[in-house]
Amino acid sequence: MAVAAIKDYIATPRDRVENFHGKQLVYVSWDRHLLFAAPFLLCLPPETPFAELVKGPLSMLVQPDPDAAAIDWTAVEWLKSNQPWTPDFDASLAANGIGHKDQIRFRTPGLNSLAPAA
Amino acid sequence: MDMKVAKKKLGLKEKYRTMTRDLGWEPSYHSKDELFPYVGYEGIKIHDWDKWEDPFRLTMDAYWKYQAEKERKFYAIIDAHAQNNGHLNLTDARYLSALKIFLQAISPGEYAAHRGFARVGREFPGVGPQVACQMQAIDEIRHAQTQVHAMSNYNRYYNGFHAFADQRDRIWYTSVARSFFDDSMSAGPFEFMIAIGFSFEYVLTNLLFVPFMSGAAYNGDMATVTFGFSAQSDEARHMTLGLEVIKFILEQDPDNLPIVQNWIDKWFWRGFRVLGLVSTMMDYMLPKRVMSWREAWEIYGVENGGALFKDLARYGITPPKGWDDAGKAIDHMSHQFMLGLYQWSFGTAFHAWIPSDDDMRWLSAKYPDTFDTYYRPRWEHIKKMAAAGTPFKNYGLAKLCQTCQLPCVFTEPDDPTLTCHRETDYKEHKYHFCSDGCQHVFENEPEKYIQAWLPMPQLFQDPVNGDLGEWMKWVSLLDGKDNGDYADSEDKKNFEVWRGLATTNQ
Repeated sequence: MAVAAIKDYIATPRDRVENFHGKQLVYVSWDRHLLFAAPFLLCLPPETPFAELVKGPLSMLVQPDPDAAAIDWTAVEWLKSNQPWTPDFDASLAANGIGHKDQIRFRTPGLNSLAPAA
Repeated sequence: MDMKVAKKKLGLKEKYRTMTRDLGWEPSYHSKDELFPYVGYEGIKIHDWDKWEDPFRLTMDAYWKYQAEKERKFYAIIDAHAQNNGHLNLTDARYLSALKIFLQAISPGEYAAHRGFARVGREFPGVGPQVACQMQAIDEIRHAQTQVHAMSNYNRYYNGFHAFADQRDRIWYTSVARSFFDDSMSAGPFEFMIAIGFSFEYVLTNLLFVPFMSGAAYNGDMATVTFGFSAQSDEARHMTLGLEVIKFILEQDPDNLPIVQNWIDKWFWRGFRVLGLVSTMMDYMLPKRVMSWREAWEIYGVENGGALFKDLARYGITPPKGWDDAGKAIDHMSHQFMLGLYQWSFGTAFHAWIPSDDDMRWLSAKYPDTFDTYYRPRWEHIKKMAAAGTPFKNYGLAKLCQTCQLPCVFTEPDDPTLTCHRETDYKEHKYHFCSDGCQHVFENEPEKYIQAWLPMPQLFQDPVNGDLGEWMKWVSLLDGKDNGDYADSEDKKNFEVWRGLATTNQ
């Protein structure tokens, strides 16, 4: 049973996409850059081009990290749901298959100013 | 002729029997199943409720007498504290952040525990547990009240205390403690007893009370110390009840073991996550520290907890599933979480700050394997940003764990440089977790946790719809007063001025 209960019990998820008035949640994190304490939560329309997510909110949010200026977005390695993945920068979030509450991660090998020396 | 004179007073044993066990009766109008409808669905089998032992043999009349005496002493000291400007005896007003978190997140938990024990006292068929739960229910509401009263004096002088009830419901970090108690209160009566009576009161309570009550003593907070003394004898009774209940359940039927083990696994991990908040107080927020989080874990987790599980091994109980992961997190969790509290301090009704050079030296000494390697470089960078006039604020908000509701600040158990990413799909929706432990809890009862009210996603829904200013109003957070860096706070300024007036001739 999906919950211990005295009778059949079906619940409604609290964070359904229709509660976000035409937008959706996307989680983004920069691997091994833990100045940022947790993955970022963004709330954007699914029509947003991926390039706009990167140039807009993401670039702004990562600014405080000393490696931010050195990010070469064309060379970044991406993961979606923890699997390697290649985004189409010109396509929308929806066309890139980024659904509500999806987690994307990116890696920038070689950039590790605040990380311990390996 | 000899007349037998009726005894005026009952002996202790007779009195105990008359005032507890004799209160039970066999129902004749309704069946027992109708009277106690919630006692079976969790699968726990009880054959003889009379086997329940009442270690304290406390009767209600004696209970009232003891509690009334404690109340008189407590309020006499609280009055003296208020009249003598006791707040100026604090080591430093940074201490108040720990107190604010306690009031916003933990005191409402006492009230929740009151409701929970009142409920299970009604739902258990046995008289022994009914009476014990009734007393604990009254204890818990007394604790909530006396904590509010002890801290209300600070509300006259300092920010961040004024809206604890709203914040309990709406602000983000309090939902960690709230969801913990809501989870237990919406469980069946036996699970509630293992969650609160055993895991919380018995296994974890020292890790909660040492930082607060010893922390209060070390930092000159007489009001909170007095509350601690007033609650101490109750806590001893609660711990005994917690241990009694688990032994009773396990002795009643061998089929109970796997169910109880599963609850122990779950509630250990949930409790451990709530303690994430506490670890930051011990390592960062108390100006005069009692001991490090790591040292407290060694004593109360490893030694006491280890002995407890050794004792329970004869029933077939093994240490909780997340025990090893917990051990690996000890040297990291307070640092990871405090970094979060600092960068999101625009959204907290308490102050955070950058640790001073002295603080960092202490942290290096207490965490020789981790602080200088992983965490000092981040704080040094944050310090540089503040010195350059661009203090670090992370407006990205945070991904929260669907189960514990903490921001996902924790790293892989075996790689402290990589955030732990865990996710699962359930009925075509995606859910995220901070750890394997929290994912397991979810996967056991997904239908329960998909309803979690997660404050960060909520910020983008009605009625706030992503407007940070509106959100602050909605959570009763006064921007520029309750939140932000301690260094620029009214609390700091006022405390220094008032203490100056009290201790110098300027």
